[in-house]
Amino acid sequence: MTTIETVTLQSRGLSVWERFRRRKLALTGMVLITIALFGAIFAPWLTPYDPNTQMFDGLTIEGAPMAPSAQFLLGTDLLGRDLLTRILYGARTSLIIGLVANGVSLIIGTLVGVTAGYFQGFIGGLLMRLTDLMMAFPALLLAICLASIFQPSLWIVAMVIAIVNWVQTARVLYSETSSLAQREFIAAEKTLGASHPRILFRHILPHLVPMIIVWGTLGISTTVLLEATLSYLGVGVQPPTASWGNIIFENQTYFQAAPWLVFFPSLAIVMLALAFNLVGDAVREVLDPTLRGQD
Amino acid sequence: MVDFLTRRLMQSALILLGVSLITFALLYLLPADPVRQIAGRSATPQTVANIREQLGLDQPFIVQYWRYLLNLLQADLGRSYLQKTEVTSLISARIPASLLLMAGAIFCELVIGLTMGILAALRRGSTMDNSLMIASFVGVSAPQFVVGLLLLYVFAVQLNWFPIGGYGTLAHLVLPSMTLAILGSGWYSRMMRSSMIEVLRQDFIRTAHAKGLSKMRVLLRHALPNAILPIIAMIGIDVGIFMGGIVVVESVFGWPGIGQLAWQAIQRVDIPIIMGVTLVSACAIVIGNLVADIASLFADPRIKIR
Repeated sequence: MTTIETVTLQSRGLSVWERFRRRKLALTGMVLITIALFGAIFAPWLTPYDPNTQMFDGLTIEGAPMAPSAQFLLGTDLLGRDLLTRILYGARTSLIIGLVANGVSLIIGTLVGVTAGYFQGFIGGLLMRLTDLMMAFPALLLAICLASIFQPSLWIVAMVIAIVNWVQTARVLYSETSSLAQREFIAAEKTLGASHPRILFRHILPHLVPMIIVWGTLGISTTVLLEATLSYLGVGVQPPTASWGNIIFENQTYFQAAPWLVFFPSLAIVMLALAFNLVGDAVREVLDPTLRGQD
Repeated sequence: MVDFLTRRLMQSALILLGVSLITFALLYLLPADPVRQIAGRSATPQTVANIREQLGLDQPFIVQYWRYLLNLLQADLGRSYLQKTEVTSLISARIPASLLLMAGAIFCELVIGLTMGILAALRRGSTMDNSLMIASFVGVSAPQFVVGLLLLYVFAVQLNWFPIGGYGTLAHLVLPSMTLAILGSGWYSRMMRSSMIEVLRQDFIRTAHAKGLSKMRVLLRHALPNAILPIIAMIGIDVGIFMGGIVVVESVFGWPGIGQLAWQAIQRVDIPIIMGVTLVSACAIVIGNLVADIASLFADPRIKIR
């Protein structure tokens, strides 16, 4: 698709969905996400095995993991559990954390960014200094500290990721809100005697929705990756609950003899994160007003 | 200039003060009791109380923090609870290895990222552009432990080109720095591409072509220095990503840097070490941003000091 074509199509007023649909990569991403969602939701019906049952016939006579076969499509792990089953259940962990953690961090980021941008002054300054402070922490290291302080469970891991991830959203929404707050229509509203909540919810927030959607979509891939890394390091989701990160951690001792044990879950992580990145990038190009007219 | 520097330095110092307060508060609230760890399971309550008093852990929060801060100013990060060594010396012994790793990573990431970005910008819209951009997306979508294990499997186990892990020669450095660099290369290539496209549109590039300069000369002498400016600011942010990344990469490759130290400390709940590494990382990030700011000031005369 050439630039000129895009511009004329846009000026004819194509809907956001139409513009989104033209991006093949984004559609590929959507398909991958749908597959992951489908696998996660219908996991119990898709596989005859239980994710945590160590099967009698799941290990070779020497006690090593079994290679992929008709019985175990992706082979078995070091404890004789079906790998495909664990990957399917691991998708639940990844998606739950991806959505919950990202949702919470989006809410925190929006609250901080919008409050600071709209009220400025002392509160705004304080909130933005806090944001600067958070920027000085390496996100992964802080998450590791937090996760090892609290006994990690699915929800704790989600909250830890939310706590270290809101900063970017807050900064973007802060600058957007502070420029909106100086526009004439907001001044007009104030003159008419509108209350702060009314201005915030009826006039400022609707302008920020595209930005929030963009950062929300892009953030899911960050949270999925962070969860996988924390679980890999042992401070995320704890075994026996399956998570793609801890599947790799558990099986890496067999890495040389049975590389598929690391390869398949890795592929799952990369594909899901890639899918959200592709969709997020397309959403950004379609919705971000500052990028309109570019390619 | 001096004004700008003093103000930025003051800001940095304030941020570091805040960082120390937050790390201290976090670890103060730690439910895992370090005293129990040192004393062992069979210790009497009297022994536990003695150790607690010895370490000053029975004092109120403010007193403990103040004592900690005073020590910090003398570069004293306290003693490791379990290793009975000065944290400062533990960390400083490992900093060179981590710096070496990061230097390797920055080098790889600039070479890969900039090359990909420039090639994509020059052949914009082509199959090569598309495949390079998909590659950069895959790069930013792969967690570092996955990249590390994959590189290990292909280049160390199967091809036997590089050692599986360890430290010492240049060959040891290649795989860990590549692992650390993949993520950044993805971002750099995307930024470089859009920045390059922007620059190539400018009038002075057309003028340079019109003067009859060779394509290569226009690219390297006229376009590149302008296109690279936004990248300089990114290197500061990169330090932050590296500081987290080294924990993963150093534990995958057994690289004896501060990431591995932090990792071992976290498993043993060795508070002073965790706090020390977090503070050192925060310092590195603050310094990285400061340096990036100053560097872009020198690199781009158009930037006005505010």
